[in-house]
Amino acid sequence: MESVLELDAVSKDYPAHRAVNAVSLGVGRGEFFSLLGPSGCGKTTTLRMVAGFEDPTTGQIRLNGAGIEHLKPYQRNVSTVFQNYALFPHLTVRQNIEFGLRRRAENHIDQRVGKVLELVQLTGKESRLPSQLSGGERQRVALARSLVLEPDVLLLDEPLSALDPNLRKQVRAELKNIQRQTGITFLFVTHDQEEALSLSDRLGVMSGGELQQVGTPEDLYLRPQTRFVASFLGLVNWIGGVGVRPEATRVTKDPGEAGPRARPAKVVQSTFLGNCVHVEARMNEGQTVVAEVSRLGESFSEGETVDVWWQPDDELTFE
Amino acid sequence: MKRLAAPLAIYAVLAYLFLHLPLLILAGFSFNQSRFTVWQGFSLTWYRAAFQNQQLMEAAGNSLIIAIFATVFATIIGTLCAYGFWKRSSPVLAGSLYMSLVTPEIVSGISLLAFYQWLFRFIGIQLGMYTVILAHVSFSIAYVVIVVMARLRTVDAQLEEAALDLGANEWQAFRYVTLPAILPGIVAAALLAFTVSFDDYVITSMVAGVDSETLPMVIYAIARRGVNPVVNAISALIVVGFGSLILISERLRAA
Amino acid sequence: MKRLRAWFLAPTWAVMLTLFVVPLAIIFAYSLLTRGTWGGISQPWSLESYRRLADPIYLGILWRSFWIAGAATVLCLALGFPLALFISRSGKRKNLYLSLVILPFWTSFLVRTYAWMFLLRDTGLINTALQKLGLIHDPLPLLYNDGAVILGLVYGYLPFMVLPLYATLERLDRNLLEAAADLGAKPWVALTRVVIPLSAPGIRAGAILVFIPCLGAYLTPDLLGGGKTVMIGNLIQNQFTTARDWPFGSAVSLTLMAIVLVLLLVFVRRQEGGLV
Repeated sequence: MESVLELDAVSKDYPAHRAVNAVSLGVGRGEFFSLLGPSGCGKTTTLRMVAGFEDPTTGQIRLNGAGIEHLKPYQRNVSTVFQNYALFPHLTVRQNIEFGLRRRAENHIDQRVGKVLELVQLTGKESRLPSQLSGGERQRVALARSLVLEPDVLLLDEPLSALDPNLRKQVRAELKNIQRQTGITFLFVTHDQEEALSLSDRLGVMSGGELQQVGTPEDLYLRPQTRFVASFLGLVNWIGGVGVRPEATRVTKDPGEAGPRARPAKVVQSTFLGNCVHVEARMNEGQTVVAEVSRLGESFSEGETVDVWWQPDDELTFE
Repeated sequence: MKRLAAPLAIYAVLAYLFLHLPLLILAGFSFNQSRFTVWQGFSLTWYRAAFQNQQLMEAAGNSLIIAIFATVFATIIGTLCAYGFWKRSSPVLAGSLYMSLVTPEIVSGISLLAFYQWLFRFIGIQLGMYTVILAHVSFSIAYVVIVVMARLRTVDAQLEEAALDLGANEWQAFRYVTLPAILPGIVAAALLAFTVSFDDYVITSMVAGVDSETLPMVIYAIARRGVNPVVNAISALIVVGFGSLILISERLRAA
Repeated sequence: MKRLRAWFLAPTWAVMLTLFVVPLAIIFAYSLLTRGTWGGISQPWSLESYRRLADPIYLGILWRSFWIAGAATVLCLALGFPLALFISRSGKRKNLYLSLVILPFWTSFLVRTYAWMFLLRDTGLINTALQKLGLIHDPLPLLYNDGAVILGLVYGYLPFMVLPLYATLERLDRNLLEAAADLGAKPWVALTRVVIPLSAPGIRAGAILVFIPCLGAYLTPDLLGGGKTVMIGNLIQNQFTTARDWPFGSAVSLTLMAIVLVLLLVFVRRQEGGLV
């Protein structure tokens, strides 16, 4: 896949600290790429450098092969969807969406605005002001405003975090759908690993300004290259130098069932989570692990003696 | 504490009377037939006299011209300054603006006089309308900056970023996004600068020339000689005029 | 992008430098020179003007200015505090009451000073009314004295005291007052032991905002003091017009500026976060 966006050893220094440290990555055309990491890891700074709001201290940023790090934001064919949407409060939905097109004095503005309104399902609400819209609607206007410009890359800065939690899953699905329909390359920044895993074609995990690993969701989840990536993408039981995911950790009262990795343990607690059960067991060495078991299988109660075991293939190891 | 409510209210009434009665009485007596402080019937004599007084009318005209020019310059320069501060603060400049507000007027006045006299050794201009306008601009800028900055603080800084992101250059971002948001504040600042300029006596008297007498200067001269009902009439007009401008300005600031 | 921002400040820099800093620098230079034979400036350089300030006459004027400004400030505080308290407790009508305080201030300082001339003079409203009511026979000399000047200053600068007081009182936690009442404090005690100490920042801000302009007042003592009340402002104006002693006038001006600066520094130090 050809790269539409390339970051080449991009760093950003502030007087007090280095926010981004030699980040290199490539985003393919039409890809949904996410940058995932805790707050302060440098993902937003990286995004802002691609948008043009910050200048990299060193490194190159290439869009379609051409270096853009010296260009102003309005000279780059990228567009940003901000975390708090940044809708122009004195302009209507239509005027917000056509803002970029009007600055470029393009043709067929009304048609293009109409099409994108349909895409985000806001037809009929063009004359409203942002103050008259719900949070979800405002987010769609922000999206439409950037999409209508057909940028080479659409940059999204935690667009779902300002929404109600119950709204997020629905909007997430709509977002993925829109990306597929338009085929525009998305660069998505988030701290929510579930979002990143479910939406992305590929993702990169950042921590402390550094890009730790890039790959498909499966790659990162099943074959993490660092402990940080492993723990950030999901729960991990760390047992004697290797990691085992709770869903790969098994508990059994039948000693025969447990394989070569069996460890004796006592059940501390069994928590019903609805779709599954988390069984907390303390091994004889003293360490506690969490196993995710089906609610349809055996049930475990506090104090029971069990064997904790796992398949060797499910171990996460690092150099 | 609730028992204080009644006495506080009574006190407040008295305090407001103290603040407003002198002006109301002054305005009231401007309609007095006689020039003595005994009411002898309603009349517009003094208003007619005011408008027929050539010196007064010329001075009023001067004040108007000066105020308009000073307001235009001060508002433009002050708005640019506030916008600049919004982007990146400059403590030194802010400090000097603050100092200009705190400096006693008489000191500003004489220092400007000294400056002009020193300047005139090299350039041949005399004291006149220009010197007054420049002086007014210098002390009005601080007021404009304060009012416009207050308005700018209500504007989300990220909106200009969004505009740039969508393809607007810096000027377009200001013109289409920030300016509409702060326009009421700019107008409010202009009205404030206008009243401050029109009313100024101390600084103006020091730097005005022979042919640039302002209304406050004439009023002062008349008042110095004693009370004159024509001054009452002019005062009433000024109070109503300024009062209205400031009311509009306050409304705009809250808009 | 960042270089562009500097241009917005350039015109203001230009105005401040040429019309504020340079003039002050010039009178600083003048204060160190000598009066010319027919007025104006001449050599030699000397500190004579500053030495003259130590003359009892001028020290007297300085002292008088301090006491008048001080009296006006104290009166503003006494009159303004209950008003500010009232407004802070007036609920929905707060903005209306505040506007009623601010509005007169912005109408015209000259007119407002003149209004008191109209009221206080021998044939003015107050004397005429008192005579008509038979309370006095001869008019009271209400105008052209220190008292009239103080009254004029209080009238002029009361809003400067009310606003910061209001700002502080408004932020006062109601719970503190209720707690005081719970503990058995009568309204007067709650006021003096709780409200007033907690409004200290507002009191300081108001005091500074009133004292400094009063110290440098010129128009009010000129019109209402009638030549008998000479404050620093009048002295300065006199030196630049009638007396034509620019070096001395400059020295007095700079001394006034220095006093103002010292007061401000002391104030800002005591107040965390500047003016209110």
